[in-house]
Amino acid sequence: MTEIRNGKRVIITPVSEEDIKSLRIGDTIYIEGYIATGRDSVHERVTGEGRDMPVDIRDGVLIHAGPIVRDRGDGHYEMLACGPTTSMRMESFEYDFIKRTGVRILIGKGAMKENTEAGCKEFGAIHCVFPAGSAVVAANCVEEIESADWLDLGMPEGVFKCRVKEFGPLFVTIDTEGRNFFKEKKVEYEKIKDEEVEKISSKVGYIL
Amino acid sequence: MCSAKETVISEKDIGMDLNGKESAMVDVIASFISHTSIRLPDDVIAKLEEMRASETEERALQIYDLMFENMRLAQELKRPTCQDTGVLQFFVRCGSNFPYMGSLEEVLKASVLKATKDTPLRYNVVETFSEYNTGNNTGSGVPFIMWEILPGRDDCEIYTYMAGGGCSLPGQSTVLMPSEGYPAAVKFVMDRITTYGLNACPPLLVGVGIGATSETAALNAKHAVLRPIGSHNENERAAELEKMLEESINAVGFGPQGMGGKRSVMGVNVVNTARHPATLAVAVTVGCWSHRRGRLVFDKDLNYRSLTHSKFDGGAL
Repeated sequence: MTEIRNGKRVIITPVSEEDIKSLRIGDTIYIEGYIATGRDSVHERVTGEGRDMPVDIRDGVLIHAGPIVRDRGDGHYEMLACGPTTSMRMESFEYDFIKRTGVRILIGKGAMKENTEAGCKEFGAIHCVFPAGSAVVAANCVEEIESADWLDLGMPEGVFKCRVKEFGPLFVTIDTEGRNFFKEKKVEYEKIKDEEVEKISSKVGYIL
Repeated sequence: MCSAKETVISEKDIGMDLNGKESAMVDVIASFISHTSIRLPDDVIAKLEEMRASETEERALQIYDLMFENMRLAQELKRPTCQDTGVLQFFVRCGSNFPYMGSLEEVLKASVLKATKDTPLRYNVVETFSEYNTGNNTGSGVPFIMWEILPGRDDCEIYTYMAGGGCSLPGQSTVLMPSEGYPAAVKFVMDRITTYGLNACPPLLVGVGIGATSETAALNAKHAVLRPIGSHNENERAAELEKMLEESINAVGFGPQGMGGKRSVMGVNVVNTARHPATLAVAVTVGCWSHRRGRLVFDKDLNYRSLTHSKFDGGAL
């Protein structure tokens, strides 16, 4: 379900295809409801070993993040810092991951490529970035960690099911048409970079 | 796939063989590590403020606002500013007459254990080949300690660095042929920054190392990101290259988080050493906007002061 609150577009889980199909790269959204954490090893288990996610993320949200959590000792965990990690590490798994889990929104840091574009387009999902490094702001959007699984992988790799309030801002970087914000931007960046390299090169002929 | 060992850091592990003076040193260094995880260095904060003030793009400004809100909350709640508190590295410049030189490695390791428990820091140390997380932020060769001995002096300067995963990924070193020259070195740096650097949480502090071999260049690059923002290489040409690279990377326009903005780097620092006639080695590494490096100096009586974190008074905050 989608709500507009004080000009913010807030998507409330579970997320329908309808909620995200009109979103385009560059749009800003916030999430309310549930987000699960999962990064390298979680993707390997799901796509490589064929295991089911310990929490159901069909029509849900996954953040590529390895949080700092405090173990309260009574089976409960407190979220201290939870910024996104580099999404590119998950790129090779992501098509299969979206297909297997039915996840609708992936949150991470930085660019992803063809596998994720294809997964988003074919199965109706999006990739967004949360401005990375702002881990305390992100953790403050987490009201409670409702479950913690696969802790045998270590704290950064575990699956924490978080109940969140207006988690964001999230910038859409791959949309359901498979358009890729960073890929399009990179064409501009590359062109300017080549010109700049040329410019400096003419001034650094120190070995002659 | 990595797995984790169930580990609890006990008080006993933290400096069990240390005497009173040394364990006081552990307390100070552990507090300093915590402090640097919570509060960014003075020069980084000042530079980010300056960059925010000169930014005009709306999304970039929104990202800067979030960064400053994050810094404020981290201090208020006494939490690490970023969840990736990195692998701890120490670059030690120790006077040969510093009375505690012999136990410093043990002191630094104990400090990492204590800071990990007290802050808390994320467990980030995975043993290679056996592939398990040690669960206490120490392991084979970690914390990494690099020594420089200063003859005749009796003080000790410790640079602390939290090497996060994201900002370590762009790191690369290569050895060029002199015929390829400095233009090839420039292309190497620019290629790396506009591809991998983009994902490493810009605005970045870019470290460029020039030297004879892959590892001397790499070490120089690391020393470059330890240098203050706004400092310049003493060599006129190297200083000019710092300026040209900074202007060029800014011109590319990837901005904060690579999403577009007027400026993309907090600075470019070049550190150079001599080369072999047949080689020109170049390396690049980056610090993310949350550049957790600190500099702490002890005198022979263990009086201390930080040259990077003026608010550090011995407590975590």
